[in-house]
Amino acid sequence: MMREILYRLKDRYHFGTPTFQRDDLCFVTVKRDELRAILTELRDVEGFTHLTLLTAVDWLEERLFQLTYLINNREANLTLGLRVMLEREDEPGATTGDTIHDLWPTAATYQRELNEMFGINFPGSPRVDEEFILEGWTDLPPYRRDFDSLAYSQQTYNDLPGRKTHDPRDHMKKALYPNYLKEAE
Amino acid sequence: MFSFQPDRSQYPQPGPDGKLEIDLETGKYLKLWHGPNHPGITGNMSVELTVCGDEVVDGKTHVGYLHRGFEKLMERRTFIQVFPIVCRVCVPEPDFNEYCYAAAVEELAGIEVPELANWIRTLILEMGRFNSYMMAMGGISGALGLGVVGQWLTYVRDLMLDRFEELTGARVYHMFILPGGVRGHLPEGFEARMEEVLQIAEKYLADSENLMFHSSVFKTRTQGVGVIDPALFERYGVTGPNARAGGVAKDVRKDSPYLVYDHLDFTVHTETKSDIYARTLVRYKDLHESIRLIRQIFEKMPKSGPVMSKLPNVLHWKIPRGETYIKGESSRGEFGYYLVTDGSGYPRRINVRGPSYTHAMALLEHLIPGTNISDVAALMVSLHTYPPEIER
Repeated sequence: MMREILYRLKDRYHFGTPTFQRDDLCFVTVKRDELRAILTELRDVEGFTHLTLLTAVDWLEERLFQLTYLINNREANLTLGLRVMLEREDEPGATTGDTIHDLWPTAATYQRELNEMFGINFPGSPRVDEEFILEGWTDLPPYRRDFDSLAYSQQTYNDLPGRKTHDPRDHMKKALYPNYLKEAE
Repeated sequence: MFSFQPDRSQYPQPGPDGKLEIDLETGKYLKLWHGPNHPGITGNMSVELTVCGDEVVDGKTHVGYLHRGFEKLMERRTFIQVFPIVCRVCVPEPDFNEYCYAAAVEELAGIEVPELANWIRTLILEMGRFNSYMMAMGGISGALGLGVVGQWLTYVRDLMLDRFEELTGARVYHMFILPGGVRGHLPEGFEARMEEVLQIAEKYLADSENLMFHSSVFKTRTQGVGVIDPALFERYGVTGPNARAGGVAKDVRKDSPYLVYDHLDFTVHTETKSDIYARTLVRYKDLHESIRLIRQIFEKMPKSGPVMSKLPNVLHWKIPRGETYIKGESSRGEFGYYLVTDGSGYPRRINVRGPSYTHAMALLEHLIPGTNISDVAALMVSLHTYPPEIER
């Protein structure tokens, strides 16, 4: 059934090669400028009325952001994942996507989160520039692959004075096998 | 019947577009923070209310009080190291995360799960649903001043936590469902001890039903209050009991059966009024269905067999490039995991789709204007939201 839906649309839109993950789940790459038309048609004609999620994947090595729009036809129990590939700009907010909050109001929350966590802006989306989870964040958007969470925490937080740090592997060996280690010495 | 009509003649009038121009300097409005520490808030989140008299004219949800960056943490861990983290996303019903993550990894890595493991997984999910509904029922009663129901049901939940401890070794975060199957078999005599808990639960639920659904206080506070127009369901991604209370007979367990739900007999309960009362009633009926399902699972499950399939060396486990989405019906609605792999030993991206993400943000903010301050807690709890699902 998923194949039939894509077959019906393929003459009017440019699809990449679809991945039929399961009978009820398929992923396909679409062009950014056709996304809104495809989503609208799938929602209004093909019954994909439920926006399951909207999220991003950072393909840092390929200099791309992937936006995944997962939409669901609840009557037919079909889920379609539409992938939109965006050029990955290093400057937060320089990469932009197209807002779909008018199709699904709940998309505004996803877009606000993507702006904060990946630095992908969605101009026109309600409250998209308001802080979502983070407060006063000035570093790289933290869900980008090049944000180093370990380095950030080491720079930002200090150990309590007098605290000892152990290498977990050595510490556990000493704790669990003290006799064995003595014999080895 | 007591009736009171407040004098609203001094209230500001909406503009031509029907919207109020909110100016705090006029003295007619007040900002009120509902949470993060408030008995009527589920977990650590807050709602910034703008009130005019006792009427709420605007509400904004604020989250971020317990953000631990789960999704980022997972990207830095091998596939097997992720499994003890996922359950932390949700305290009252953690097993759903374990199942969705395990099923997503199994699908992309091509791992078959033994049949008995699927039965035990289903049992655990229903035990978790039972616990989650107990908290939800206690929460809504507490928000409306019926604290004793919360105390009774917390006691019953504690008895179920004893069973969890017996089965998995842990009370809250069980870490029992992992890629490939489950960690062990059921202990000897487990079914009999579970039956004792279920019978105690039924007794307390009967008492709670009297105190809630037949109480004029509860009815007055919940009937016709917090109504979600069914036309909003699709626009705001409403799923689970919140949608079923408005007549949408949708349940992932029935519509796209996973694990062994196609071998089990259960009813998808619906109501029509779509108010707080209807949502609570649907949960109450679902709770009884969970009890039925737990009994059925014991009756129908195989008595022996393997519970874990052979995994590759988990220290050097690489999964080919791919992506998938696994969903199931949690106590709050559709719960899912979107997993992307890139051929390395680490997940490229894991995204948790929790039902609270839509219910407690866009939907709650849409429903709040026009309510009374005293109804906000009940409205919010009736949506059954868990903030960690929003700020994974």
